[in-house]
Formats: sequence, C-alpha cells, structure tokens
Amino acid sequence: MDNSVLPQNSLISVKNLSFSRGNKKIFDDISLEFERGKITAIMGPSGTGKTTLLKLIGGQLFPEQGTISVDGNNVHRLRRSELYNLRKRMGMLFQSGALLTGMSVFDNVAFPLREHTHLPESMIRTLVLMKLQAVGLRGARDLMPNELSGGMARRIALARAIALDPMMIMYDEPFTGQDPISKGALVQLIKSLNNILKLTSIIVSHDVLETAAIADYIYVISEGKVVGQGRPEDIEQSESDWVQQFMTGAADGPVHFHYPAKDYVDDLLSTGKRYG
Amino acid sequence: MGALYKQNDCEEHKKMIAFLDHLGKNTRTSFTKLGRGTFFLLQTLSGILSVLIRPRLLFNQMYSVGVLSFLIITISGLFVGMVLGLQGYYILSDFGAEETLGVMVAASLVRELGPVVAALLFAGRAGSALTAEIGLMKATEQLSGMEMMAVDPIKRIITPRFLAGLLSMPLLAGLFSAIGIIGGQMVGAGLLGVDEGAYWSQMQANLDFQDDIINGVIKSIVFGFVASWIALFEGYDAIPTSEGVSRATTRTVVNSAFSILGLDFILTALMFGDN
Repeated sequence: MDNSVLPQNSLISVKNLSFSRGNKKIFDDISLEFERGKITAIMGPSGTGKTTLLKLIGGQLFPEQGTISVDGNNVHRLRRSELYNLRKRMGMLFQSGALLTGMSVFDNVAFPLREHTHLPESMIRTLVLMKLQAVGLRGARDLMPNELSGGMARRIALARAIALDPMMIMYDEPFTGQDPISKGALVQLIKSLNNILKLTSIIVSHDVLETAAIADYIYVISEGKVVGQGRPEDIEQSESDWVQQFMTGAADGPVHFHYPAKDYVDDLLSTGKRYG
Repeated sequence: MGALYKQNDCEEHKKMIAFLDHLGKNTRTSFTKLGRGTFFLLQTLSGILSVLIRPRLLFNQMYSVGVLSFLIITISGLFVGMVLGLQGYYILSDFGAEETLGVMVAASLVRELGPVVAALLFAGRAGSALTAEIGLMKATEQLSGMEMMAVDPIKRIITPRFLAGLLSMPLLAGLFSAIGIIGGQMVGAGLLGVDEGAYWSQMQANLDFQDDIINGVIKSIVFGFVASWIALFEGYDAIPTSEGVSRATTRTVVNSAFSILGLDFILTALMFGDN
C-alpha cells in the first residue's frame, strides 16, 4: 500500500475508530482522512457499516474507541448545541432521500432555511429556486415527495442538503437503485457541486464505476478494516486479490461464491437425514 | 434409583432456571422500555416552550389530531347517548322515575363514558395514526435526516403532536358528552315520551359543576396525556421496518386501552371514593 499519497490537509479525520453492533465488530481500529475540497469515497460490500460511518461522523452514533474530528472539532466531545451548530455546516444525503413526506418539494428545500434563519419569505423563495435550479428540478417545486421518482427525490434531497451552504456533504449510496440516466446526472451533479461550491464530499458506495469516475481518493473497507486505499488508478492496480475482486465484480475469489457448506458430493449422497 | 432421582432433580433445576431467566429478561425489557418512555416524555415536555413560540406547528397538528377525529366522536357520542336513553328509560320507568332520565344520561356521560369512550376512540383513530406516522418517518430516515439538518425531531415533530393530543382530548370528550346528551334526549323525550322540561331541569339541578364536569375534564386531560404519550413513544421506539411499524401501531391501541381503563378506575376511586 502506497502511503505517500495520504491526504494532508484534512477536514475530517477519523483516528483509531472502533465500533460494534451487538457482538459484531463493524470497525476495528480504522483511521481515515478526508481532504478539504476533494471527493473521498468509502467503498466496500453491503453490510460493512458504511452508513454507520457517516452516522458516526455526524455524531448520531458514538464510537467505542477512537476520535472523529470535523474541522478541528471532536464530534463526540461537543455539547449538544455545538454539535447542532456543526451539523448546520454538514450536509447529508440519505439513501432514501429522507424527504419530509408531508411537505411539497419547495417546502422541503425551504425547511432548513426556515428552521435556522429568519430570512423573509421572498428571499427564501429566491434561495430555494436557486438550489432547485442547481439540481435541475426548479419545475418540480410543487410536487409532493410521493410523486417523485427515486432519482428526482435524491436530487431534491441534494438541493436541501446544500440549502444552508455547508462545507461538506456526505452521500449515502447515492447511485443505488438508479437508472443509468439518473446515475449519470447524479455523478455530474456531485462532481460539479463539489467543484463550484468548494465542498468536501464523502461518498459511501459500492457502485465501482460511478464512484471511481469522480473520487479523488478511495478507501476500500471490508470486515472493519481498510483493505485498500489510494487514488482510483492506484486502487485499480491494487495487488490485493480482495480489492481486485471487488473492483471487477468477479463472482468467485477471496470472497467465495458458495456459502460455507459440507462437501457437495457427500451432501448429495448422504441419507437425506433432516437437519436439526 | 438414586441416579434417576438426581437426573429428575437436574431437569427440574433447568426448568426453574429457564423460567427465572425468562422472567428476568422480560422484566428487564419492560423496565428498560419504561425508562426510555419516561426519558422520551421528559424530552417531549422540554420542547413545549419552543412550540408555544411557533403556535402554527400546534394548530396544524390540532387539525389532524383533533378536527379529523370529529366525525367518529360525534357519531359514536350520538349512538351511545341514544342507547343510554333507551336503557335508562326501561330501568327508570320500572320505578316511575323516568323524569330523572336526563340526570342518568348526563352523569354517565360526563363522568365516565364521555372521557373513557372518547379516549378509546381517540387512541384508535388519532393514536394509531400518530404511531404509524412517526414510525414511518423513522423507517424512511426522516427523523435521522432532520437531526442531521440540526433540527431536533422531538421539538419539531413530537412535542406539537403531544400538545395537540393533550388539548384535543378534553374538547373531544366534551363534544362526545354533549352530543350524547342530545342523543339521550332525542330517544327519551322524542320517542319514549319523557317530559322534555324534566329531562333538562333534572339534569341541571342534579349535576354538580365541580364533582361531575370538572372531574370529567380532569379525566380526559389525563387520558389525552397518556394516549398521546403512548402513541408517540411507540412510533418513535418502533423497529424501523414495515413490520415493526405495524406492530407498534397495534401496541399503541392495546396499551392505550389498558392504560385508559386502568387509570379510569383509579381516578374514579380518587374522585368519587368518599361520596
């Protein structure tokens, strides 16, 4: 693993983090750095706790060990009001979009502005329309969330996430379940928003192609450990069989196709005694 | 023989330990839940001030919790009053006391049936809807999302609904009783020939504002408090899947019904015990 390209000027740094759920160790002493102004991707198979990592960074979960600092603040040492102030500068895009179902698209995007500012309604209108224009959905302002397609819902949620002009955005599986056109649109949006708004982005995903296309740095996580890290081209050249299998999507490799079982022939020829 | 005895003894022991284990686990689960519920209630109450600053949040919820329960409360109240009128008339007329029908109908409604039945209907109509709404908001990450937008979901979502339930319940119970009394009058005076003047004047003379009406209102406030608390907590505490939400909704109705009926007995004993 080439450590010479480790990010230096980091906005978020995760140090020696451990976290378990029940008896399952989700993270086992991992350290990650997220550089300012860059797109950093966390990749790994489903169930490796990628979403959990975002919740830890957002202060919604507490680590067992280790520290997470965002812009110099230790997230889990902050008082509630300080944490809330920090969160105003953190955008998060949930996998489902997490739009408030009782409100129209316009009100959803206006929600953080109305909650946190005392701006007059006319200015809120202008801001909301600007954010919606940025994601290409200004015309959908009067729709309700249940009238949106999955891709539209995510773009609206993105407009909402940038409503308060945050310093960073965390994307939770932004490409999952999207058709190729919406995927393409989201890839474009994430990249251009990051560059134009000078954001720091964290993408959690297992969509290799889309993520590798826009990420500046990638961490590959499996079973609580970082198994590979580097620029996308480094990752593609990785010597680790595991990382290779993940990046190419091979059916068999270090991660076996078959769930552990006794020998196939023995199993077929056995007396057929019931299990248990 | 000795070995057999020993083996039996061992089996007994195992059963006993399994039973204790089960009992202990259940007790602990219940108490943990009670603890979470109490903590949730305290958080909810701590948000009251911020809701009062933005009364629109409260008004919106009073519409969906209170106004939308109008129909079921009105119709049920009418029928309960009519049945009371019928049954009361049959019994009272045996003693030639049908003139006191108004007292009987009004007292049973204002003291008991108004608060209790309205609260049971409220738990079924508004409580289950609240649980499902909050549970779904949790399952679709809306509550989490709100937290990440630095908005406290308890203050923004839960407290307005809690206050709306608390304030709506006495109004709905009052409506239930008022409509019920009219229902009783329709059947008693309208159909069965009880003197209408007697129906109203006996009621007026024999019902006490403090003993009957205020006590009824107190009951309905307590029921509103408990029913809203249970509904909101079950939603907030639901396992965030569709199955979890549906089970939470069922629990809301069942637990609210038990709590309302249990509390009604206690409150009645406290209020009318020394009469």
